[in-house]
Order: sequence, then C-alpha cells, then structure tokens
Amino acid sequence: MLAFIIRRLAQSVLVMLFVALIAFVVFRYVGDPIASMVGVETRLADQEIMRDRLGLNDPVVLQFLRFIGNALQGEFGISYRLQQPVTELILSRLPATLELAFASATIALVFGLMLGVFTALKPRGFATGLIMAISLIGVSLPTFLIGIGLIYIFAVELGWFPSFGRGDTVDLGGWRTGLLTESGLRSLVLPAITLSLFQLTLIMRLVRAEMLEVLRTEYIRFARARGLSQRAVHFGHALKNTLVPVLTITGLQLGSVIAFAIVTETVFQWPGVGSLFIVSVQVVDVPVMAAYLMFIALVFVLINLIVDILYYVVDPRLRVDGGGGGK
Amino acid sequence: MTQPVLSVRNLTVEFPTRHGLLTAVQDISFDIMPGEVLGVVGESGAGKSMTGAAIIGLIDPPGRIAKGEIWLGDRRIDNLPPAEMRKIRGRRIGMIFQDPLTSLNPLYRISRQLIETIRTHLPLSQSEARTRAIKLLDDVGIPDAARRIDDYPHQFSGGMRQRVVIALALCADPEVVIADEPTTALDVSVQAQIIDVMKEICARRGAAIMLVTHDMGVIAETADRVAVMYAGRLAELGPVAAVIKDARHPYSQGLMGAIPKLGENLDRLVHIPGAMPRLNAIPQGCAFNPRCPQVFEKCRTHRPAASEIEPGRRAACWLYPEVTEA
Amino acid sequence: MKNPTQGNAAPIVPPRPQGRLKAALDSDIFYSWRRSPVTIIATVVALALILMAVLAPWIAPYDPFDPSSLNLMDGFTPPMTENQFTGSTYLLGTDNQGRDMLSSIMYGSRISLFVGAMATAFAITLGVSLGLVAGYNGGMIDGVIMRIADIQLSFPGILIALLIFGIARGVIPANQQESMAIWVLIIAIGLSNWAQFARTVRGATMVERQKDYVSAAQIMGVHPFLILLRHVLPNVLGPVLVIGTIGLALAIIEEATLSFLGVGVPPTQPSLGTLIRIGQQFLFSGEWWILLFPAVTLILLALSVNLLGDWLRDALNPKLR
Repeated sequence: MLAFIIRRLAQSVLVMLFVALIAFVVFRYVGDPIASMVGVETRLADQEIMRDRLGLNDPVVLQFLRFIGNALQGEFGISYRLQQPVTELILSRLPATLELAFASATIALVFGLMLGVFTALKPRGFATGLIMAISLIGVSLPTFLIGIGLIYIFAVELGWFPSFGRGDTVDLGGWRTGLLTESGLRSLVLPAITLSLFQLTLIMRLVRAEMLEVLRTEYIRFARARGLSQRAVHFGHALKNTLVPVLTITGLQLGSVIAFAIVTETVFQWPGVGSLFIVSVQVVDVPVMAAYLMFIALVFVLINLIVDILYYVVDPRLRVDGGGGGK
Repeated sequence: MTQPVLSVRNLTVEFPTRHGLLTAVQDISFDIMPGEVLGVVGESGAGKSMTGAAIIGLIDPPGRIAKGEIWLGDRRIDNLPPAEMRKIRGRRIGMIFQDPLTSLNPLYRISRQLIETIRTHLPLSQSEARTRAIKLLDDVGIPDAARRIDDYPHQFSGGMRQRVVIALALCADPEVVIADEPTTALDVSVQAQIIDVMKEICARRGAAIMLVTHDMGVIAETADRVAVMYAGRLAELGPVAAVIKDARHPYSQGLMGAIPKLGENLDRLVHIPGAMPRLNAIPQGCAFNPRCPQVFEKCRTHRPAASEIEPGRRAACWLYPEVTEA
Repeated sequence: MKNPTQGNAAPIVPPRPQGRLKAALDSDIFYSWRRSPVTIIATVVALALILMAVLAPWIAPYDPFDPSSLNLMDGFTPPMTENQFTGSTYLLGTDNQGRDMLSSIMYGSRISLFVGAMATAFAITLGVSLGLVAGYNGGMIDGVIMRIADIQLSFPGILIALLIFGIARGVIPANQQESMAIWVLIIAIGLSNWAQFARTVRGATMVERQKDYVSAAQIMGVHPFLILLRHVLPNVLGPVLVIGTIGLALAIIEEATLSFLGVGVPPTQPSLGTLIRIGQQFLFSGEWWILLFPAVTLILLALSVNLLGDWLRDALNPKLR
C-alpha cells in the first residue's frame, strides 16, 4: 500500500514538474515581463538594472528552479492587469469557483449515477430511449448555449432565478460563501445546472455502458442462479462492480468541472477563477495564466491521487500483496 | 415407482434474430430421478447449456421457451412469475457454472457471498449462516475453511474456486444441481477431483445432478444415464453403460467410437466427418443426415422423434421401426 | 473434395459472399444506414448545412462583409417583416447593423466548418503520426508520447486551446494577430484533440508490430515502418473515422465556445459562435432572432455530425450495440 502511494506520488510530482515547465516557459517568454511592469518612458539602462534585480539574466535552469521555489511558496508574481499579487487574486476568487464546481459535481454525480443505472437495468424501455436521445442532444449542445437558454427561460421569462452574479455572500474567516444566504443559493441554481449537464451526460453514459457490461458477466448470472433477489443482484453485486471502473473517469470528470467553469462563469458573470482566467487570456496577463495553469494541474493531480487510493480501497484484487493466501 | 425430481417435456427454446427465428433447443424431453446423475453430452452449440438455462429460468432475452413444460416434482416451473422462480433457484435447483474464475464476484469475500445466499433461502441468523457456510466449505474440501472463508476469490486457486462455487450452489440443499461444464475451464490435474467432490457431496445430500459437458469421458465415469444432444435435439438417451457399449444412434456411435480419457475434448474426435450445422442452417428431416454414414431417403425429409426403442432407451433415428415422426 | 464416402447430400452452408469483403462491408453499413431514420435525417441536415456553408459566397442573398451593402436603417428588422424605414424584408431578419441574418449565418457556418474541419484534420495528422511512431518504436519514445497524451487527455480541450491561444497572443506581433487568428484557432483546437487518435493508432500499431510479416519485411530489407504504415492505416481507418466525426462535432463546438468567449475568430470574420455572442446582447431587449437563428444552426450542425458519428460507431462495431 505504502509503495503504491509513493509511486503514485512520484508520478504526480513528475506531472506537476511538467506543467510547471510549461507554466514557466509561458511566464518567462510570452511577452516581456519588464515591458509590462514599467512605462514606455523608463530608460533602457534602468530596465536592464530591473532585469538583473529580478534575476531575468540568470541561467534558465536557475530561473526555472526559482520559479518552482516561488510556486511552492504560493508566489506567482504580480498581475499585469490588476497590479495585485496573483495568489491573492486567485484565492479571493477561489470560493466562488469551488462552490459552483462542488454543486455541479454533486448534481452530475447523483443524477448521472441514477440515470445510468436506470437505463442499464431497463435497456429496452421507452424512458431509456428518451433519456439516451436527450443525452445525445445534450452532448451536442455547447455549454454556453445551455446557459443562455436557461437564463432566458428561468431568469428572463419566468423570473425564478437571478440571471447573473453570486447574490449575497457571507465572509467566513476569509472564505466568502454564497451558500448561507437565500439569494446566494438562488444564484447558484442555474450556473450549477449549466455546468453539470455535460458531465452528467458523460457519467450517465459511462455508468450505463459499464453496468450493461457487468450484467453480462458470469458472476451476475451465478448470483441470479442462486436465487438472490433482484435488488441484491443489481445493487449489491452489479453496482459495486460497475463503480470500480467508473470511479477513475468520474473523478477526472469532476476535476474538469473546475476547468469547464470558465465558460459557465463567463455566461453567468460568476466572479470565480475561470472568469479571471478568461480575461487574463484576452489581455495576455501572463502571471495569472501561469498560476491558473498550475492551480488546475494541482487540482487534477490531487483528484487523481485520491481516485487511485479509492480504487485501491475498493478493489481487493489490487491488494494481493497485502493479504496473501493464508493470512 | 418413484416420481422424477425434474421432468422436461417437449422443451423448445427459440431466439428471434435479424435473420429469422433460431431454434436452439427443439422438442426435448427427459426425466431426472432423485439422486441420479444424468449426463448431457454434445458438441458446443448442441443446446445443452441452453437446456440448463431454460430449466433454471435464465435464458438471456430475446430467447424464450416457445413450447413445452418443465416440472420440478409436481410443480410446473417454466411459467412461474419471476419472484416465485427466484425462490426455486438456489433453493431447489442449484447451478454450477463453467468458469470458476469468473463465477465469483471479485469484490466480495466468499463469506459474504455464501452467507447472503444462505440467508436468502433459509431462516438463519448471520452467525448460524456463517457456521453453515464453514461446514459447506469443509465438505467441498477446502482446508482450513474457518479461516479461508474471509478471503477474496482471487486468493484461491482455480480448483479451490470451483469448490467454492459448488458450495455456493449447494448452500440451501437443492434437490437438483445443474452443472454446466463444471471442469472445462480447469486444469486437467484437478478436473477429476472436482467431479469427485461434486458427485460425493450431492450423493450425501441426495441431490440429483444434471451434468452438462462435451467430455464423454467425464460422463462415462460419473453419470448413471446419458442424453446425447445434436443440433438442439435429443439424439439418444439411455443408461451410460448400455449407450457406451451399444449406441443406437449413428451420431452416438461415432461419439462412443473411442471414449477419450478424462479431460479430452470431443472436438478432437475425427470419427464423424463434417461439422454440426449452424442453428440457422439445420437441414430438413434428421439434423444429422448430411453427416450420417447410414443415411437413407426418409432421413432427408422426415424428422424422427426420440422414441422408446427398448425399455429405458430412446433414440431419434429411422433405423428403428419403433421411432415415430416428430 | 474431401467428401465422406456416401455423403452425396452436401451440408447446407449459408450463402457467403466470395472474396468481396469490401462490398459486403459497404452493404452492411448501407443497410444499417437505411434502417435508421434518425441517421438519414442527420445525413440530410448535415449535407444541407455543409452545402450551404461551402456555397455561401454564391448563394447567400447578401455579402455581410461588404460594408457598402449595409444600411443601418435596416437594423433590427424582425424575420419576415417589412422594415418600417426601408421597406426591405429579410427571411431571418437583420442584426443591429442591418446585416441579413441568413447571409451572416451562411458565412458564419462556413467559418465554423472550416475551422472545425481544419482543426480535426490537423488533430488526425498529428495524432496518427505520433501514434504510429509511439507504437512502432515503443520504449522511451512511446513512454514520453503516451505520457503527454495522458496528461493532455485529463485536461479539458477548451482549457488547452485557451492556453495556446493566450500564448499565441503574447508571441505574435499585434499587427498580425487578426490575420493569423483563424490559424491560431485551428492549431489550438487541433492540439487539444490529437491524443485520442494517438491512443487508438498506437494500440493498433503495437498489435500489428508483433505479426510475422513485419519481421519478414525486415529480412527482405524493406523498412518495416513502411510496411507497417501500409497495414496499420487500413486497420485504424474505422476507429479514426468514428473519432474523427465525433471530433469534428467537438471541434465545431469548441470553436463556437472560444469565439463566444471572445478569444476566437476576429470580429471581422464572424463564426456562428461570434454571432451568438453578438446576439446574446439583444436577447433581453426582445430581438430574439439575432441569437436564435445562429444558435439553432450551430446546434443542428453539431447534433447532426454527432449523430452521424454515433451511427458510424455502431455500424462499424456491431457488438457494442
């Protein structure tokens, strides 16, 4: 178990280093860090002094190491556009994105699982055909159009939910949450649904495919042949085996919710990290781009790690070295 | 005259497909007596496994029983509602599958799988069921059963896993056990042991066995009577010794021509030229006629029924005057 | 013939097409196409949209890029209504600048399809080459390529495309940004979609590589890579076609999303995504047609291509249902 985790950790570190390299190249070579910090009237000689002081004339390897060192301390420089420390900017917008992502992930997971299991257990039903057809349309609908559609129906026409923003927020020790006020919760509904739909479809299709596969296996036939109840066979035996392979991909999908939030946040003017990133791309605010990249990579690597460990816990076959034949 | 424990009457199983209706099992009848071992032999695709699946009510859709009846004692079971049939599966009819590596749920300890099955059918507490499970494992010859019971399937060898499968099938003392190629997937060295264990434990509990296999050697050593199947139909049925010594149907004669040693496959027998027809191309008349060394005109036009040709023996072949048309 | 001594009755064998495997395959696919009304509709819709886009310069009623044809007085004309100032009527109405929506959509689809198709072609070329190289060489090269593919696959394409776009903005001089924007977009979308192809091709290559003819070719002095190319490519054609079709739908959606976010094509060459971005501003004030028609076109395009991909996958892989 320990060896397994250490190996996984080592891989994660490698991935992070790879992403850090890209982030560093972006940070260092896209645009001129000095030019964006000083006005045009600064003399070239002064620029050279600054360049020296910032270490921009040091060997590249040294600069990369320094970049990593700074990143480890959560130091990504100053945003060109807002003249604020990048880390501070991201942290201040993180709660909005995390709350949105968490709400969407929950919706996607719960409904994706339920619909996937349902459509697998009733593969020939009318409802299944309908759900599968809708899901295909869902995959073909760009997220931003879903958002616009929902805004039009539920905000403009029906007026049930606000069309943009986060509503009122409460400060809980540095974490601005919208989950504690009524307007905050109401504001969350439409963006969370918008963001969840794509993942929901994916999870549903995946669960369905896996479950159909499992239902065809011998051990399910054998369980049926032993007279176990429908419930025990479907939800005791089949579902658990379905979840093992579903776990990995679902985990990664939930990670990408945070990244997909870019689009949803733009449509709903949600003050999160994603909308910060999109503005940064538009004006080439390199430090923010680099930091966002590192942040997303970290989220993915962490989720990957958790999924791997969960996998290990769920599937006894991976634990062979631990148990052995006659424990 | 004792009553048969299981009685199959004119069973026909059909599969509707894009290319028309396939008949996987056609008009099969046989009885199994209490405590008896009935061997069912035939090439793959002959309908043996499908017959087993039909009896236990687990034909995969869109397949269905198109005709016939299945009686368990004096109860007709082919038309039971699903909930009633579930009470019979495992409780009165047990089933053993071919591949022990895939028959057990890999994610659950075998204790859980055993106890779950026992408690589904018998009014026992958790700990009583566990005691019974350990006893069962012991009976099927798993050493140190009290400790091994909490292992996962992957911690057992193939032969040991098949013993677990047998224990699971016998959890609730069924009257009949359908064993579908129980040793085919196993190492030759353990095949005989598994057959012995299965036979012994069933004999001790008075359970009859329907032993489905394409291995005539296994049948010769294990079964009391044998049913020979060909292209979904019953070719011959009779006591094992008699059929081996003096097979009546030309197909069985070919089969018995040389009984292979335990573990050898029928596929290697070269005594009958040609191959069994596919289900979508079964010839008119007797299904065996294109390969039959004694074929004559009637065989190509009229289908023989498996009819009694002497007491306790049936054959479906026009060579015998007693045989009627199906 | 190896017939049994007296077996004059030949076993009945189902009729089987001789040799013409390709013909049989084609007819099977055609059969499944004919049997699926949804697929037929999707084909018709996709073909109609593609034709409309390709032929836009010849069949569009107006040229939306020609400022001289625009009349601001025509602005905000609802569909099929007479404009109160100019008396002109437009089938799908006009936008805020008096541009004919139908023409805008035709030209917009042209750009969307062009970007989508080019990006997919780029992704296929890149993915198939890298997959072949990885599968053929194995070892370190394989490890590195597939590791990158893994990392890439675990990030959403849109994020990677955005990043590449941002980098390009920083690197390309400002005066060339507009003219290069479409190519940047194509590369960004292509680079975010290659990994799927690489994986499929790599798997197929590794299987073929084990076979005897590869070593035979080696002995005969032919470079095995060439042989492999000839044998692997036909094998992966099916899967690549399926992934490619679904990839095209994805690329079209990705382009629309990027353009909607304002980082895609320049405003002078509006794609469907740009039109939707513009239309969104007028949704709340009641000029719904400026948003609705481009949106419907985009959905129809993505959906019909997706349906074709779905059908292709089922038709080429019957066991997957």
